[in-house]
Amino acid sequence: MALNGNDGATIFALSTGGLPSAIAIIRLSGPESGPALESLIGRLPETRRASVGLIRDPANGEPIDRALILWLPGPATVTGEDMAEIHIHGSRAVAAKMIEMLGGIAGLRAAEAGEFTRRAFMNGRMDLSETEGLGDLLAAETESQRRYALAMAEGGLAQKISGWRDTLLMAEARLEAVLNFSDEDDVDESDERFALEIAQTVKCEMTAMQQAPPAERIRDGIRVVLAGPPNAGKSTLFNALIAREAAIVSPTAGTTRDVIEAPVVIGGTAFLFSDTAGLRDGTDAIEDEGVKRARNTSDQADILLWLGDPLEAPESDSVLILHPRADEAGRDAVPARAALAVSAVSGEGIGDLRRALLERAETLLPRSDQLALNGRQREAIGEAVDALEGAAAGDWILLVETLRQARAALDRLSGHGGVEEMLDALFGRFCIGK
Amino acid sequence: MATIESSDRFDVIVVGGGHAGCEAAAAAARIGARTALISMRKDMIGAMSCNPAIGGLGKGHLVREVDAFDGLIGRASDAAAIHYRMLNRSKGAAVRGPRIQADRKLYKEAIHALLAKEPMLEIIEAEATSLDLDSDGLTVKGLVLDNGSRTVSAPSVVLATGTFLGAKLHFGMDNHAGGRVGERAATALADQLYAAKLPLARLKTGTPPRLDGRTIDWAGLEVQPSDDDNWTMALRNEHRVNPQLFCAVTRTNLNTHDVIRGSLDRSPLFSGSIQGQGPRYCPSIEDKIHRFGDRDGHQIFLEPEGLDDDAVYPNGISTSLPGDVQLEFLRTISGLERVEITQLGYAVEYDHVDPRILGHDLGVRTMPGLYLAGQVNGTTGYEEAAAQGLVAGINAARNAGGETPVKFERDESYIGVMIDDLVLQGVTEPYRMLTARAEYRLRLRADNAPTRLSDRAAEWNCLGAEHRKVIGERKRDLVAVRNAMGQTIKADTIEGAGLALGQHRETRTLAEWLTLPGADASIVRSIDSALHGIPDAVIDEVLEDIRYAPYLERQAGEIARVNADEHIRIPAALDYDAIAGLSNEMVERLKSAAPSTLGEARRIRGITPAALAAILVHSRKRAA
Repeated sequence: MALNGNDGATIFALSTGGLPSAIAIIRLSGPESGPALESLIGRLPETRRASVGLIRDPANGEPIDRALILWLPGPATVTGEDMAEIHIHGSRAVAAKMIEMLGGIAGLRAAEAGEFTRRAFMNGRMDLSETEGLGDLLAAETESQRRYALAMAEGGLAQKISGWRDTLLMAEARLEAVLNFSDEDDVDESDERFALEIAQTVKCEMTAMQQAPPAERIRDGIRVVLAGPPNAGKSTLFNALIAREAAIVSPTAGTTRDVIEAPVVIGGTAFLFSDTAGLRDGTDAIEDEGVKRARNTSDQADILLWLGDPLEAPESDSVLILHPRADEAGRDAVPARAALAVSAVSGEGIGDLRRALLERAETLLPRSDQLALNGRQREAIGEAVDALEGAAAGDWILLVETLRQARAALDRLSGHGGVEEMLDALFGRFCIGK
Repeated sequence: MATIESSDRFDVIVVGGGHAGCEAAAAAARIGARTALISMRKDMIGAMSCNPAIGGLGKGHLVREVDAFDGLIGRASDAAAIHYRMLNRSKGAAVRGPRIQADRKLYKEAIHALLAKEPMLEIIEAEATSLDLDSDGLTVKGLVLDNGSRTVSAPSVVLATGTFLGAKLHFGMDNHAGGRVGERAATALADQLYAAKLPLARLKTGTPPRLDGRTIDWAGLEVQPSDDDNWTMALRNEHRVNPQLFCAVTRTNLNTHDVIRGSLDRSPLFSGSIQGQGPRYCPSIEDKIHRFGDRDGHQIFLEPEGLDDDAVYPNGISTSLPGDVQLEFLRTISGLERVEITQLGYAVEYDHVDPRILGHDLGVRTMPGLYLAGQVNGTTGYEEAAAQGLVAGINAARNAGGETPVKFERDESYIGVMIDDLVLQGVTEPYRMLTARAEYRLRLRADNAPTRLSDRAAEWNCLGAEHRKVIGERKRDLVAVRNAMGQTIKADTIEGAGLALGQHRETRTLAEWLTLPGADASIVRSIDSALHGIPDAVIDEVLEDIRYAPYLERQAGEIARVNADEHIRIPAALDYDAIAGLSNEMVERLKSAAPSTLGEARRIRGITPAALAAILVHSRKRAA
């Protein structure tokens, strides 16, 4: 689906900043704003009067949040269209649920970056000087794409999406090879079955992810990485912070060879703790790989807890220097540069560390576009699943259309794609042409 | 300079007698423009310099579309065809590709005959020395011929000069300047274009050696006969005119590969003496063997070049290896053990103009009156060239007549897809049409080209009287068939007509019945006797429309949504550098392509929605 141009769709977006917050505001604009409100709170509130309503999930009637609702019929609105504002409690879970529900209502879709501004401008509702913020928006968009690209290198949802994308691309290329070069002997007619299998597999995986609980879906919380030399006590502290035995702890240096991750919610904020291999030159290949991954993970850390010698701590704003194992004999003296002394064994300082993390988190917390990115991922996957539903044997050209649509939905997340990339895959794989 | 004789005044001057030039000249003349076609050698007009085949996947669509504008390529193809093949016959009408094998001599003769029939067209045998420019040094007013001995004037000049810019031929490690073998390269005009500092880039293409068919052992080879039904390339041709020949298929083998591998150091492709980017879809045989080392053989189609011509074109082994290697590897191949070469294969490198300097009318934005068409724009293929010739010819004639330019849309034709790709994205390899490039290919079928484009062609005055008559009849037939689709038919009746039914036997409309597998033209005719005289092609087109109807409807919605942006104009003088937040890459691409609408900007690779919003705001700011 092309999201540009005013397609007449009703758009929505979280229009307030970082979460959690006391209140988060979701705005809707477009002809379906009114009906959408009705399906969420069961009535259309009085025009331009704030009222309180209980929001229920249209799918099963489950209550979601008690919210302040504003119904603003056009054209005397910011965008010139019918609009609605929903003021919800600003927890990440509630906001994510709201965005998911709105995306499921027919005729509604998440707004593209700049789209409210664009509509306001098109409908003559915005002064030129008011649109200058677009430059910042563009910069933010580029930044979020950069982060997305970085995340591709190491794990998570992004990698999964990019894996699906590549699989679909390959199936598509194989079909296109036959459609465009059918008279050549390097192309294989059995590719139809292959493409159908791919479509089915990818669709099932996507559906499974759609059904995963919301806590998992918004687990891309603040990345807290524990780093330091081997045996600094990273894994012990990691386990104390996440309150379970996720990492193997042993007194042998170099026990943690891979990166171990655990999502934890502290005071309503999601964190993703990563325990890394100790940063030293390893004595075997597996450990070397672990150290390499640790360095990658550390590069992406939002908060880096440094457990080693304070003088060797990496130079970065993200670094928080700890004095670990404070209970051990001979470690009474806290170095000047350490922010906190902690002991996973005695529990000393752990509460303070949690508070310090929350404090840092407030300055780091996702801007609205970061939650929007998750929303966009969900939406893109939903669209891809819809497209893949249509995959059927018989007509190759219709089959390849379904793959193309599914891939296009995923491509929007990364900002690349298109026919050239498919052709690269095609000519890279097949010896075609004469 | 002497005053210009009235006999030297034209509306449109076309330089170059290849497929782009001929089509451009004929289109301009059909519209009624007084047109001159300038060629260095009159006898070379309409020559097929490469593979003697026309059409194929994607390319066949282009031929049918040019034909819908009463162009030359479809009619000349039928006049010269000695082998017909419908590619992808089993895979849905939208990707079927009609393809013919042409007799070179007959093709050239047909082009000459068709050009001779255009009363507004004059062919001038001369060398185009330079453009005659106005005092501003930019506006075109004519052309200087033969080093100044003659000057012809016209408000529109179309350059369809092929690979004349900096062309270099490679035979093994030997290379020399030139366009095609045996022809000199036009360099004076080239110098002028270099001086105008148009952005240029280097490309490469190649051809295989030509073989003497009398030295091929045909007996042991797999034979590919011509399709035995009676379809034709051009709408106006109802029958095939020539005897049909067969092609044969052979393949390279491990011995062939050994010979080639042993000589890679003598290939200019691998020694580094060729710089230009070659096409991914048309690799040389040395490239194939190098990149796909695991393959034990590569297919070769042996295609006859003519009825009374012994030359054979071995399609699939284009090469720039030295002559002795070419002969050695050929003789390792089954059927070619005693083969003789009549002309060596070679690679050619050439400069092309970055087509992003062109508008959708193929006019150079900075040089009013100058149009570029064909290989000079970085494309490859007769069909791609012919289609650009048509677009340039129409717009050159309109420019001369003071009319607004016309645009071929992406959702209406492959021609539109190609032009839009060229002028917005530019090229990184010789551009070839592929069905995969068309996002709306369910609508853009080779069989419905006349239905899609005839109204445009008529509106733009491109159709001769004979073509109009055929189109009129076809339209009436189509209406009759479509009207018949609404009638309700009982299950017994449709079964009696020969359609196998499943369990559902309730009465349905004819259109609904025809979505079942096995529906064809003969069933339609036996249901409704009023449709008896209507040709298969028309009924088949309606059947395909019915089959794709649900998808076409969905696509129509998407097209409408996207097209909203096509009406939002971007001022030509918009300063992209001044738009805060655009990345350097975006600015560079936007500047090169200079999109004229927001829709065009949206299609440029890497342009994000927020960037579009910013462009929109700045466009309005300028207008305010």
